[in-house]
Amino acid sequence: MTYTIEGRTGPWEIVVGLEVHAQVTSHAKLFSGAATAFGAEPNSQVSFVDAGFPGMLPVINHECVAQAVRTGLGLNAKVNLWSRFDRKNYFYADLPQGYQISQFAHPIIGEGVVEITLADGSAKTIGVTRLHLEQDAGKSLHDQHPQKSFIDLNRSGVALMEIVSEPDIRSPEEAGAYLTKLRQILRYLGTCDGNMDEGSMRADVNVSVRRAGEGYRTRCEVKNVNSIRFVMQSVEAEARRQIEVFETGGTVEQETRLFDTARGITRSMRSKEDAHDYRYFPDPDLPPLVIEQSWVDQLKAALPELPDVRRARYVAMGLSPYDAHVLTLERETAVYFEEVAAGRDAKIAANWVTGDLFAAINRTKTSIAEPPVPAAHLGALLDLLADKTLSGTLAKQVFEAMVEEGKSPGAIVEARGLRQVTDSGAIERIVAGVLDANADKVAEYRSGKDKLFGFFVGQTMKAMQGKGNPTLVNDAVKKLLG
Amino acid sequence: MHPTDFTLAGAAEALHEGLISSVELTQAHLDAIAALNPRLNAFLAVTAEAALREAAASDARRKRGEARPLEGLPIANKDLFCTEGVATTAASRILAGFIPPYESTVTAQLRRDGAVFLGKLNCDEFAMGSSNTTSAFGPVENPWRRGNDPDARLVPGGSSGGSAAAVAARLALAATATDTGGSIRQPAAFCGIAGIKPTYGRCSRFGIVAFASSLDQAGPVARTVEDCAVLLRSMAGFDPKDSTSADVPVPDFARACGRGVKGLRIGVPREYRLDGTPPEIAALWEQGLQWLRAEGAETVEISLPHTKYALPTYYIVAPAEASSNLARYDGVRFGLRETAAGSDLRDLYERTRAAGFGAEVKRRILIGTYVLSAGYYDAYYLQAQKIRALIKRDFDEAFGRVDAIVTPATPSAAFGMDEKQDDPVTMYLNDVFTVTANLAGLPGLAVPAGLDHQGLPLGLQVIGRAFDEETVFAVGGAIERAANFRALPAIRAGVG
Repeated sequence: MTYTIEGRTGPWEIVVGLEVHAQVTSHAKLFSGAATAFGAEPNSQVSFVDAGFPGMLPVINHECVAQAVRTGLGLNAKVNLWSRFDRKNYFYADLPQGYQISQFAHPIIGEGVVEITLADGSAKTIGVTRLHLEQDAGKSLHDQHPQKSFIDLNRSGVALMEIVSEPDIRSPEEAGAYLTKLRQILRYLGTCDGNMDEGSMRADVNVSVRRAGEGYRTRCEVKNVNSIRFVMQSVEAEARRQIEVFETGGTVEQETRLFDTARGITRSMRSKEDAHDYRYFPDPDLPPLVIEQSWVDQLKAALPELPDVRRARYVAMGLSPYDAHVLTLERETAVYFEEVAAGRDAKIAANWVTGDLFAAINRTKTSIAEPPVPAAHLGALLDLLADKTLSGTLAKQVFEAMVEEGKSPGAIVEARGLRQVTDSGAIERIVAGVLDANADKVAEYRSGKDKLFGFFVGQTMKAMQGKGNPTLVNDAVKKLLG
Repeated sequence: MHPTDFTLAGAAEALHEGLISSVELTQAHLDAIAALNPRLNAFLAVTAEAALREAAASDARRKRGEARPLEGLPIANKDLFCTEGVATTAASRILAGFIPPYESTVTAQLRRDGAVFLGKLNCDEFAMGSSNTTSAFGPVENPWRRGNDPDARLVPGGSSGGSAAAVAARLALAATATDTGGSIRQPAAFCGIAGIKPTYGRCSRFGIVAFASSLDQAGPVARTVEDCAVLLRSMAGFDPKDSTSADVPVPDFARACGRGVKGLRIGVPREYRLDGTPPEIAALWEQGLQWLRAEGAETVEISLPHTKYALPTYYIVAPAEASSNLARYDGVRFGLRETAAGSDLRDLYERTRAAGFGAEVKRRILIGTYVLSAGYYDAYYLQAQKIRALIKRDFDEAFGRVDAIVTPATPSAAFGMDEKQDDPVTMYLNDVFTVTANLAGLPGLAVPAGLDHQGLPLGLQVIGRAFDEETVFAVGGAIERAANFRALPAIRAGVG
C-alpha cells in the first residue's frame, strides 16, 4: 500500500530521492595533509592547498579512497577501478579555489542497494545510483558582524562521499528508514561518524508528487537538511506544498529550497543569480584514479561485519528478531553485547543489556560508548547469577550498586555480604525457626489456607535478609510444612 | 674578459679554479642590472642584499670544500615562481602585496644546489602572451636592435621575455622560465639564446603560478645548450607534491650535449612549411638540416597531419584551464582587494578582478569560460581534447621512424613593440611552431642558428620523444657547434 497524502482533489503519491553528503572519517583531508578534527579554532586546520594559494596543487589521500571503496562494498555496489576527478566551477567566499574538486562523469562507486525495514515489518530495497568523492567547502558565518561575513576554512578540502539514491523512496517513513540504515552502515564501517548535528552527514532531499500510475513530475530540492527527523518533516512539508500548487492550478518550478525547521515549511533559497553552470571539466592537476581489484579484495576481506549480517547471526544465536535488531542498531552496542555474551547465555545477556543496562544509561544520561557499567563487569555479574552466588533479585541489587559505585560485582558482593545462601541445611533451620514463631499460621495453613505459603517464604527471606536462594527456600518451606 | 661574459659552465669552472669569487661575479651582474634594467625592464625585483649574502656564504662553503653543483652562480627567476619571503607578482596587479610563505620546488632545488638568486624577472601577465607587452609593470625590451632601424624598440618575445632579455643582455648567467605554448622557446629564439621546455612532468609545477595545468612546464634559458642542460638537471625531478610530476630518474643531461648526431634520424615535418614564412627562415631551416647531415645524421621528411589544428586547439584548452586556475584570484584571501562602500561579495569579485587583471588575461578567461560552458563544452573543449590526442598520436607515429624533429622556432624574428597589437589573433600566430610540443607533452629546445637580414637572431627548434631530452640536447649541441653563433646584442653588460 503506497503512502499517499489526501489532497482536495484526491490522493497523491510522493517520490523522493536523497543525496547524502557524508564526511569521510580520516585524519587528513582529501587532497591535502591538513587535519580534519571537528571543533578546532577557526582557520587552524588549513593548508595552503586548502586555501587555494598560488601554485598549490592537490595530492590524493589514499585513505579517503579506501573509505569510499569500503562504503561502496557495504552498499553492495559496483566499485569502478577507473574513475576521474572533475572541477565544479563557481565563485563563493568559502570555496577558495573557485572550484570544487568532485567526480562528475566517472564516480568511484556505481550502483548499489540499501535494504530497509519499516515499522510494519515489511522490507524494501532502495537503490543507490552512485557514490563519489569530493571536497567539502569551508564555512561562512554571516551573523557575527553587522557588515562582514567571516569565513572559516577548516572544513575546506575535507573529503565527502556523496551518496545518491534512486528516486525509490515513497514516504517520510521510508526516507527516515533509509537514512537511519545508511548512517548505521557508515558507522559500522567506520567510514563516517554520521553525526548530523556536527554536520558530518547532511542530506539534500529531492521531492516530487504525482497521481498513482503517472510518471515523474518536476522535483524540487531541499538542501542541507541536518537531522533524520527534519528530513522526514521536510518530505511531508514539501510534498504538501507541491500538492497545494497543483491543486490550485499552478505548476511546480524546479528550484532549490531550504527547510525552515521553526515553521515546518520549505522556502525558496534566496537565489543570488540564475542556475549555476558549473562548467565541469576533468581536473588537469590529477591523473585518473586507478585502483587494483586485488586492493579492493583486501579491503573487502578486512571489512567489519555489517549490521544485517550481524543481526542474522544474533537470531541464529537464539535471540528474538526484536532483540537482534535493538542490539545491532549501533555497532558499539553490538560490541558491548558480544563482550558480555562471550562464553555465556546469549539470551540472558541480551535481556540484561536491552533491559537493565539501557535503563541505567537513560537514567545516568550516559551512552553505550561510555557506559555506567563496563561490559566486563556486567559479564562477571552474569557469572555470579549462573553459579547461583546471586539470585535474580540480588543480582539486580548488585547491578544498581555497580552503576552507583562503579565497582566490580565481586567487590560489591564481598563488601555487602550479599552472597546468596544455598546451604539447604541452614535454610531449613531458619524455616523451622519461622514455623515455630508462627505456630498459629502453620495451623491455619494446614487447615486449608494455602495462601499462607507465601507468608512463610517471605518471613524466611526476611530473616535471611533476602539472601536465600528462592528455590531452596521454597523447597524447605514445603518440606517442613509437610 | 668581463665577468658577465662567462657562460654558466664557464663561470662554474672559473669559480672552481679560484679565478673569481661568487661575490665578484654576483656584484658584476648586480652592476649590470643597475645600469641596464631601467631601460630593459627585465627585472621586476632585484634582491641585491640577499644575493651578496648568499654569494659570500657560497664562497665560504667553497673554501670548506662543500661546493654544490651550481655553487655561487648568479641566476634569476621568472616572477611566476613563488619565492619564499620575496614578492611574487606573476606580472599582475592582482597579486599586489603577495609575499609567498612557501618556495616553489624548482627554485628550492636550485637553492639546494647552491645557486645565487639575483631577483625576479618580468613576463607577460600570468604567462599569457608572446611579446612580454602584457605585463602590468611595463614591457620588456629586447636587447637586440635592427641593423637598419636601431631606434625601434623590439619585443623579446613572451611570456618569458624578462628571462630571455636578462640572459641575452648578460644581466644574469641564466634564468628560469616557463613554457605553456612556446614561452621559453620563442623568447629564447628572439633573444639569440638557448632555452628548453622539458617533457611534461619532468619539472615540478608545485609553487609555480598556474596558467594551463596540462601544458605548463618550467625550464631554463641560458646562453648555450650545455648551460641549459646543467640547469635543467637541478630543476628537474619527481615531486610528490605535484600529482602530474613524473617519477623518472634525472640523467646528467650535460653529457649528451657533445654526443653528436651520427646515425640519428631527423624528422622534417612537411606541415611546418607555412605559406608566408619569410624565406630566410626557410633557408635557415634547410641550413640546419644540412649541418646535421654533415655530422652524420639522416634527415627524413615526415608528416604530422593534424598540425594545422594545433593553434586553435591550444587556444581552446589553455584558456579553459586558465579560466578555472585564475578563479582563486578573487580578493578574499591574498593580493589585491577592491571594494566600495556597501560592496557585497559579488561586488568585491567584480571590482577586484576588473582592476587586477589586464586585458589579455580577461580575454583568455572569457574565452575559457565560454568554451567550458553548457552547450559549448562538447563542441569546443571536448573536441579540442580529442584533437590533442590526435596531435600526440602524430608525434608517436613519427617517432617510430625518427629520433628527433627539427623545425624553425618562430615564424619571424623579433618584431617591434608597436606591431601586432591590433588583433590578438595575429599575436597568437607567434606560437604556431611551438604549441604542438606542449599539446603532446614533448621536450622542445630552441637553439640560436643565425641572423636575419636585419641582424636579428633566428632560432631552430628540436623536438624529441617524451623523457628523451638527451637526444634533444645532442641534436641541439650539434646545431650550436655548426652554427657558431657569435653575434651579440647591442645592449648588454659592459657595453650599454
